[in-house]
Amino acid sequence: MTDYRKMWSDLGMDLEKHDRLTSALPLVYEEVYLQQKDRPQAMEYFDLVVAEIHSLRIAELVEHRRRGGKVCGAFCVFVPVEIVRAAGAIAVGLCGGSQFWIPDGEKVLPRNLCPLIKASLGARLSGTCPYFQSCDLLIGETTCDGKKKAWEVLGEFAPVYVMDLPQMKRPQDLAAWRKEIELFLARMEELTGCRVTPERLAEEIRLQNRLRRALERLYRARKADPVPVSGKDVLLVTQVSFYDDPPRFIEKTEAVAAEAEERIASGRGVFPSGSPRILVTGTPMAIPNWKLHHIIETAGAVVVCEETCTGTRFFEHQVDESGQTLEEQLQALAERYLKINCSCFTPNPGRIDDILRLVEEYRADGVIYYNLQFCHGYAVEYYAVEKALKARGIPVMKVETDYSEEDAGQLRTRVEAFLEMLR
Amino acid sequence: MAVLGIDIGSRTIGVVVLNESGEMISGRVFDSGPRPLERAREIAGDLSQYRHIVATGYGRHGARADFATDLITEIKAHALGASYLFPSCRTVLDIGGQDSKVIRLNEHGRVVDFIMNDRCAAGTGKFLEVMAQSLGLPLEEMVAAAAQSEEKVLLNSMCTVFAESEVVSLLAEGQPVGVVARAVLNSICDRAQNMLSRMGIVPPVVFTGGVAAIPGLPAYFARRAGLPDLLVPTSPQLVGALGAALYGAGIEVKGKATG
Repeated sequence: MTDYRKMWSDLGMDLEKHDRLTSALPLVYEEVYLQQKDRPQAMEYFDLVVAEIHSLRIAELVEHRRRGGKVCGAFCVFVPVEIVRAAGAIAVGLCGGSQFWIPDGEKVLPRNLCPLIKASLGARLSGTCPYFQSCDLLIGETTCDGKKKAWEVLGEFAPVYVMDLPQMKRPQDLAAWRKEIELFLARMEELTGCRVTPERLAEEIRLQNRLRRALERLYRARKADPVPVSGKDVLLVTQVSFYDDPPRFIEKTEAVAAEAEERIASGRGVFPSGSPRILVTGTPMAIPNWKLHHIIETAGAVVVCEETCTGTRFFEHQVDESGQTLEEQLQALAERYLKINCSCFTPNPGRIDDILRLVEEYRADGVIYYNLQFCHGYAVEYYAVEKALKARGIPVMKVETDYSEEDAGQLRTRVEAFLEMLR
Repeated sequence: MAVLGIDIGSRTIGVVVLNESGEMISGRVFDSGPRPLERAREIAGDLSQYRHIVATGYGRHGARADFATDLITEIKAHALGASYLFPSCRTVLDIGGQDSKVIRLNEHGRVVDFIMNDRCAAGTGKFLEVMAQSLGLPLEEMVAAAAQSEEKVLLNSMCTVFAESEVVSLLAEGQPVGVVARAVLNSICDRAQNMLSRMGIVPPVVFTGGVAAIPGLPAYFARRAGLPDLLVPTSPQLVGALGAALYGAGIEVKGKATG
């Protein structure tokens, strides 16, 4: 195996601290992933991705930069990666999902802030995330107050560009968002020195649509009973989609989907037919945050769908591919991205429609509302979601948690009691 | 053969034994001590005398891995126990050593919804214990002192740690112990009432758990919360263990068959 220490050191990382971070992962992965029974063979690739999480893909980023290419990091499903790639850069997702980074994040951020933001900044400040270290530009957005203000802090440590996402969906908001994408395109051209041509952009739009369709296909397999692939495995695939090489990711995801489809044809599942089916909705789960899924799936139920940013919000809706000019393409991008129903919008009835539709499509028996602590948008929106679900007799439970394990016992009790209620 | 229900909580271990015909032949409460699981195993004694041993409470998984034959959550256990004792029960308020919950039952005694406190000990038995210690009163006397005192001050903090320093400051200011005790009780009662209102109060309400076993406390709570018909079992601490035993015996008053 290649020694990556020199690469990490060249990236300016804190090697000792990094060793501590990476030493815990194999044990957790073994318990959470490898002990699952009868996983699809094609998940092997994703096991490899995790085993080499800070090496294989990073080596590709380093090579890309050595040849003069740029790397951009983003924290949100609203950032149009098609533009990043059409300008010749590589886009990677940077959301932090590990408790390891929280103390470093809390050095510059209030403790009562969402763990995703704290972990993301902590990852940068501690110099232990090679993805952060590989980025030439960080792309923030204004999806919540915590992030919006955190970019100002992050800006002291790395170059940051912020996209202003409107928080309503009126025609003037769409126009403003389209303008933001145009400005973003100019910033990307400035960064890479490459012109974004309609041809290149069309290619990237098609590629990202293919990537979305690959995930959609994998998700479709989860509608079957018995479920051919675990929620944990699909969550991992989705998490990896944020930083893997897109063509390779598409191929590997389609392999998992194809295997899942074969299993459906022969009635084979990873959980017994009739196991309680859970739809998870709410805040994103950045790698290696598998906490809730693990609790649910070791309590005898299966997660069949995530209405989250690491779920349907990421891949639903395609960008219209018919645009010939940049004008038309930017409009199509703006329209597609503004279809995402994030709780940062007011009002946000589309999300409730999505949840109700997904409960039906995925034949969910109950909904678990996942709220990262201190994420106010999603916490407040629970009121409306709960009301809509209860009005239709769909059981729902809200859990508010962070990345630490200290509440795992209580969470387990609540999840188990919720499942007892469904049975 | 008999059935054993064992509720392994953070503060106490409740044990209920049902005989062949489903009658309760013993019910006892023990301190959990520093090693609740070992303690539970010890209390269970000769395992061969039981047809089923059902564990509940936060130690249920440990017990299941060790000596119990089955497990259910404390939510289900309290629901089963409460509706066995009070068949018309529609709402359970359970305040234990380190958690509190409100459980909604349908007319068949089946759990249809519940809420539970998150990770902290605010509004639980632990909260009361810590406050009683700061007040220098045993729990029982704290309730009596509060009931006889004026309502003059408010406790603003929900957090046990902050509330403790608030109690210390109030005493330092010269507030009488009874007045501060009243503020402490009001705080925990209001929190419980708040949980009940979030769920929506459907009577009759049954109050279970260790906090309901503190003499005078249920009556104090019933007055403050405006719940004159609050039902309290004779041994509120045993309701979880009873529910577990009933589950093991396959007895549910009017609910569906156990899963």
